[in-house]
Amino acid sequence: MSPRVRLAVLGLAAIAVLALMPLIGLQALPVSVLGDPRGTDPAAVIFWQIRVPRVMAAFIGGAGLALGGAVFQAVFRNPLATPYTLGVASGASLGVALASRLGLSFVVVGLSTNVAAAFAGALLAVGVVWALTKLRPDLSSTILLLAGVAMNFFFSSVILFVQYTASLGDSYRIIRWLMGGLGAVDMRTVIHMAPVVLVGAVVILWRARELDLLATGPEIAASRGVPVARTRTILFLATSIMVGGVVAGCGPIGFVGMMAPHICRLLVGPNHRTLLPASILFGGAFLAVCDTAARIILAPAELPVGVITAFLGAPFFLWLLVRNARVGSNS
Amino acid sequence: MAEPAILVDGLDIRFGETEILKQVSFTVGRGEFVAVIGPNGAGKSTLLRCLDGIIEPTAGRVEIGGRAIEEYNRRELARDVSYVPQPDAGSLDYTVRSFVEMGRYPHVTSWAALTEADSQAVIEAMNLTGVAELAGRSMASLSGGERQRASIAAALAQGGSILLLDEPTSFLDYRHQVQILDLLDRLHDEKGFTVVAVTHDLNSTVASADTVLALKNGGVERSGPPSDLLDEKVLAEIFDADFKLVAGGHRGMPLVLPARNET
Repeated sequence: MSPRVRLAVLGLAAIAVLALMPLIGLQALPVSVLGDPRGTDPAAVIFWQIRVPRVMAAFIGGAGLALGGAVFQAVFRNPLATPYTLGVASGASLGVALASRLGLSFVVVGLSTNVAAAFAGALLAVGVVWALTKLRPDLSSTILLLAGVAMNFFFSSVILFVQYTASLGDSYRIIRWLMGGLGAVDMRTVIHMAPVVLVGAVVILWRARELDLLATGPEIAASRGVPVARTRTILFLATSIMVGGVVAGCGPIGFVGMMAPHICRLLVGPNHRTLLPASILFGGAFLAVCDTAARIILAPAELPVGVITAFLGAPFFLWLLVRNARVGSNS
Repeated sequence: MAEPAILVDGLDIRFGETEILKQVSFTVGRGEFVAVIGPNGAGKSTLLRCLDGIIEPTAGRVEIGGRAIEEYNRRELARDVSYVPQPDAGSLDYTVRSFVEMGRYPHVTSWAALTEADSQAVIEAMNLTGVAELAGRSMASLSGGERQRASIAAALAQGGSILLLDEPTSFLDYRHQVQILDLLDRLHDEKGFTVVAVTHDLNSTVASADTVLALKNGGVERSGPPSDLLDEKVLAEIFDADFKLVAGGHRGMPLVLPARNET
């Protein structure tokens, strides 16, 4: 099967996931709700106002995280690079923890306190990495990743401190947010996330050829005609804002960003003109399935989806490390 | 006289306080083969990057085909000048064909498929470098010599006439060194490429060149035809080491041997 055919199969699978996941749940729904999007009976409300937005949010979030991972892995030429590795998620978490602890309550351009705080925290983390690359353009990607790891620890320690000093209620709210989850999403979340992810995706997809060249090395890319510094800046900013938006909407859902691009590379190969769309489809479908599992495994109680993605993701991460060690690290 | 392919005038490059190149001036004629030699740290690779616009000079002028390098945008420059860096640990998942196709980047738009002309250039570059039969293999599965030929194929696919190479034969065994050198000779002698190669190979690469440019401590120490520079005294000055020359090298040049203290 050629990569294009595989991509088409992946597309069909993603459509099937989008169509099927809202139908799965504790409450069996009559088929008639499908034709009644504005219905007021409980079945129609559950389907159209709870499950459909939730599956859409999961898909958009997973797609954004996976796409962000694919970009960072190419730009940093490191299979472990994702916006999370560089502190985006922990920055967002710190934002939420501080907002909860300080009892902040505000609305910025229609965004709730948590969403706005998470977005600000994510951008702060990215800003630090960004400042490092500007101050010292010669820093290797390994050093930047280490800087990201250090920032993750720093943010985590501040979050722990905030939690330690917080009331039991605040502390619980912070922990619950840190687990990542789509339990609270509604159509508004979808409307907040969709444009951010869409714009980011267009900017990134437009640079698929540049990502191929950056993955082979900045000098080769420059020699082939890529304006390396400008392209990296655009990709870095587009990805960070996109992932910041997703984390603000869904919480810090781990491992999708790292795992999805690697699986897609095995499925459709390394060329970004197929890898990027594949990551969008796979990441979106994967998170939608994980979220459905989160809804039904302990039903009527609900698992945070971050528990499931990380539960699947961590063993994969170990496999990846071992595999890389075996073939001789190419990073 | 026709415009030189490359003109470098009063080139200075500093990284912070460190002066890498100072007052470097030379020209490379159309179709000329220049070998750049010199001790480690002399600034050879930096000079090459500067000729491809990857590094901006601190002072001085670089012209490609009679036009200042800063007047080119990156894609335009890539259509004239190709650079083959030293092998590094990039993503090697790509197939040889995908990798060579990336050489067409300066000619294609983002999502458009490659045109007939693009495919033609890719096939020609792979045939010329003898990697056509490896087209479906992944870069990671190639030997060092095959990978170097694929890198040169990708550079040729760019469609320019100026080829810059950083130590093209380093890390290769003798058979693969010979393959690369034959390829460079063919590109220069038959295809009319302008070639600038940084090298430590004083026997084969230097003997193939029309002109040798010797750098030392960031400046031009000597330049001239290989027959002038392949001299025990001259080489000793350039490298601060002793050499012994014996007859019987490539193209009638002497063979250069490092002279070791026998005691």
